[in-house]
Amino acid sequence: MTNPIPIPLEIHDLTVAYEHKPVLYGIDLKVEQGSLVGIIGPNGAGKSTLIKTVMGMIKQEDGYIKIFGNKNHKAITRIGYVPQRESVDWDFPVTAMDVVLMGRFGHTGWFRRINKRDRTFASACLEQMNLLPYADRQIGNLSGGQQQRVFLARALAQQSDLYLMDEPFEGVDAVTEKTIVALLKQLRDQGKTLMVVHHDLSTAKEYFDQLALLNMRLVAYGNTNEVFTNELLQRTYGGKLTVLSEVGSRKVNSH
Amino acid sequence: MSFFWEILQGPWETPSQVSWNLQIMIMGSLVCLSCGLVGTFVVIRRMALLGDAISHGILPGIVLAYLFTGSLSPGPMWIGACLAGLGCGVSIEWLSTRTPLREDAAMGLTFTSFFALGIVLLSLQAGNVHLDPACVLYGDIGLIPLEKELKLWNYTLGNQSIWSTGLVCLTTVISSFVLYRLLLVTSFDLSLAKSLGMPVLCVQYGLMLLLALVIVASFESVGVILVLAMMILPSVSSAFLFDRLPPILISCVPWSILYSIGGIHLAHWTDFPISASMALVGSILFIPCCLFGPKGGVLRKSNMQTGQRIS
Repeated sequence: MTNPIPIPLEIHDLTVAYEHKPVLYGIDLKVEQGSLVGIIGPNGAGKSTLIKTVMGMIKQEDGYIKIFGNKNHKAITRIGYVPQRESVDWDFPVTAMDVVLMGRFGHTGWFRRINKRDRTFASACLEQMNLLPYADRQIGNLSGGQQQRVFLARALAQQSDLYLMDEPFEGVDAVTEKTIVALLKQLRDQGKTLMVVHHDLSTAKEYFDQLALLNMRLVAYGNTNEVFTNELLQRTYGGKLTVLSEVGSRKVNSH
Repeated sequence: MSFFWEILQGPWETPSQVSWNLQIMIMGSLVCLSCGLVGTFVVIRRMALLGDAISHGILPGIVLAYLFTGSLSPGPMWIGACLAGLGCGVSIEWLSTRTPLREDAAMGLTFTSFFALGIVLLSLQAGNVHLDPACVLYGDIGLIPLEKELKLWNYTLGNQSIWSTGLVCLTTVISSFVLYRLLLVTSFDLSLAKSLGMPVLCVQYGLMLLLALVIVASFESVGVILVLAMMILPSVSSAFLFDRLPPILISCVPWSILYSIGGIHLAHWTDFPISASMALVGSILFIPCCLFGPKGGVLRKSNMQTGQRIS
């Protein structure tokens, strides 16, 4: 093939700083199509910063990001982003249905009316997330798990090729957690690429195919069974791993 | 009973009174509607206080435009207002990036300085050019019927100010319809707006331009200070009645008419200034919405039982 399919996400020598203090330093990362990647690392390691920089919400100091082979965020329209729950304005006057329909705007255009097909599609996305009975609820009147699922339904409605999710498992109930895991695997099986910020070491191994261990620098990136080792986790979490190391080693040994 | 009848009938007794107050009512409704629509987007973007600051900061631009052209026509004033707004923006940006000042301090400093400059400029005016400072600050919608008649060839079309405000109102109505989705998504979720390829900055500046236009069109009637009441009141009252954006926007129409008529009656009864009466009527109408509104009203049984929203 003369024209290979471009890599969904290629990050080269990325450096990001907040007020001259580096948050991310020299990140090199290539994510192949169909990967289900978990980004793990301690608090303040720059996990959210990494995907926000890919979204162009934070300026980079150095290096480049290629999205489907394009620099300059040209292909950003192929990304579906699920924000951290606490960054959403839950008092905003929109219903669950409204939020999911926003995901269709990329397909309907910014000015044309939402047609019946988009509405049906959005309903199907809500249905898949078990939210159809709550379609007309204002988003602030939903439980934490439901709120998270609204944004995943919107991601589904976007039909993106690359998904970036910021802590989708944060503060959700067990049923929601199961639904999300099933969704992630389903999207991966459809050939989508997913990068998910995750903070729970005890589940990281079973949820993700690849892991990116991050602490300002990229400590390791690779298949979960190769990267999820005591030594690498120790290097990622540094001194903070006194309690975590027990969890980590127990998980490593038991799998 | 006769007491209420007096208040209701007061402003509408003679034909000349009717035509006078009708013009004020139309002007008031147009001003409230354009302010309410733009204000709704300003409020959902959590920029209510920024709107206040901008309405102060553009004063020198309005006054300078008036001093140069000697007329209250909105065109030059809008350009002046936008330039002053731009000046504010540049000043804030410079102060917050090049000096140790934080952004909030930079904003406070800039807007008050611009406001002070505007008031000083007001007193500089010479010769036959005259703009009353009190009118600029609080507006004088009661004098709107004295404005020149708009003449097109041989036809007299009526009050010039009402026509120009009507045009501004139409602009805001059309913009809210056409740009609805851009405004909705950029307000709710910036990351989604970016990933849909929306021109986030253009929408932001577009809204600022519209805000400046509405303030310029309204300052003659309600002044640069009370204009904020007209921007905030409709949407915050409706937020207790509806939980979706379209009905909140549409409700600006009845609110505008209510504020306007209520203000005229209150002013006629008590001899208050009309613009302040309109704002006061809006504030009074806000109270029952806040207490008994079906969406989060404080005294509603359903809200008292569940208490805070589930989160």
